Amino acid sequence: MLDAPLLKVRQLEAFYGDFQALYGLDLELKTGQVVAIVGANGAGKSTLLNSIAGLMATRPEAIELAGERIGGKAPYQIVAQGIALVPEGRRLFPSLSVEENLVIGGHMKRPGPWKLARIYELFPTLAERRHHPATALSGGQQQMVAIGRALMSNPRVLLCDELSLGLAPIVVRDIYAHLRAIIADGVAAIIVEQDIQQALKIAGHLYCMLEGRIVLHGAARSLTRESIAAAYFGV
Amino acid sequence: MADWINTIIQGILIGGLYAMFAVGLALIFGVMKLVNIAHGDLIVLSAYVALIVTQSLGLNPLVSLVFVVPIMGLIGYILQRGLFNRTIGNDLLPPLLVSFGLSVIIQNGLLELFSADNRRLLAGPIEVATIKFSDAINVGVLPLLQFVLAVLVIGGLQALMFRTAIGRSFRAVSDDPRIAQLMGLNNRHIFGLAMALSLAVVALAGVLLAIRANFDPATGPTRLIFGFEAVIIGGLSSFWGTLVGGVILGVVQAIAATIDPGLQILAGHLAFLLVLAFRPQGLFGRVA
Repeated sequence: MLDAPLLKVRQLEAFYGDFQALYGLDLELKTGQVVAIVGANGAGKSTLLNSIAGLMATRPEAIELAGERIGGKAPYQIVAQGIALVPEGRRLFPSLSVEENLVIGGHMKRPGPWKLARIYELFPTLAERRHHPATALSGGQQQMVAIGRALMSNPRVLLCDELSLGLAPIVVRDIYAHLRAIIADGVAAIIVEQDIQQALKIAGHLYCMLEGRIVLHGAARSLTRESIAAAYFGV
Repeated sequence: MADWINTIIQGILIGGLYAMFAVGLALIFGVMKLVNIAHGDLIVLSAYVALIVTQSLGLNPLVSLVFVVPIMGLIGYILQRGLFNRTIGNDLLPPLLVSFGLSVIIQNGLLELFSADNRRLLAGPIEVATIKFSDAINVGVLPLLQFVLAVLVIGGLQALMFRTAIGRSFRAVSDDPRIAQLMGLNNRHIFGLAMALSLAVVALAGVLLAIRANFDPATGPTRLIFGFEAVIIGGLSSFWGTLVGGVILGVVQAIAATIDPGLQILAGHLAFLLVLAFRPQGLFGRVA
């Protein structure tokens, strides 16, 4: 039972109107595991995360969390079950202060280790700016708020969509160092990332997507740079 | 001189009532970008609800608020979950059109049930009670009570919006409804609560108005326009702005009425037009 996957995606499809964005996707995530998803723009990486988080319509059996079908449930039900998304582009609430952004992440009051004090311990710079409007922070600090906001729901599965987007390389390294500390705590994670090097450093398992399909997957250390590059560009 | 002071005081006090019309509109627009054309008719509806409650239970209208406010709140929640939530999306037009339809339905429904007769709620001696500040300056107890209640309502809403969990949820949903769901917020429920709150304020405003002035099923749109004007003058993003907007509207109307009673309504509209022309975001609005 220990080896049964925590999150199971089976034959997932997604549509934007008539346009099909995902074609029969399969993916597994075990407790404590980190999976990276790489792929070019438009490959469907964000659509995959949004589907898991409940923002896209899916069939009930397409997504299972700990053996329970959660496909097609509303996002607010899915976060209650323990899946949190750090959305692409951070998407903080501009009318809310830093602290309010964090607190609202814990709206469901799921029990667990993550509380406001612990987020501030992880990101002390946020504690200093707790009463600032969230959008007054730098990009890297905003990303910390977005991660903290997701952690406040005490997720079993953390979904991270392009944490490095629009951030300087040194800030990205800092964010990923923090993420490593969070994952060491036992949360499972799916990381969508354009930067393959960054993805390979943190993930045990890698999926490569191309035009709505998984074209390559395997243990991160078993995949060669050439095979990933070939899958990435579809050559 | 004393006449002028009296006039301005009257204007300020009636402005509190306009602000109460306005703040419910501002709340709804702020949380869900719904321009509620039926707002004025809901004010009138709450007056009729109060009429039924006062007549059947033999209560003073002010006491009937204990029933009318929760009833209207409940109607608001049901209206939102059953009707408006189906229309809310990226487009402002469908909810606006549906609220226009609702306005017509409420007016005709009331006409069918209560006829076109003028009604008024009778509150007894408080209607004519005055406080004497000096030989020349008298202030009616009822208008003063209305104004004080308006200030309390607006202050209460302000505190609720910025100091409570539900206010935080309102702001989050207003900022980004898609992402708010990821926090565990059920937008439909949050919208329902916002509409319930708006109609609770409407109930208070509707009953106070119905003690002060006659109403019939067709009076809603004129209430709506004062509420709208107060919101626009004050600026959409500020509750206190609606109070200032209401007061400006009230004072301009009161002054114009002393010059020529026929000017009263027109002068209010002109003040609104001036603000719209020179400061379209309102006096306290943020520049978007």
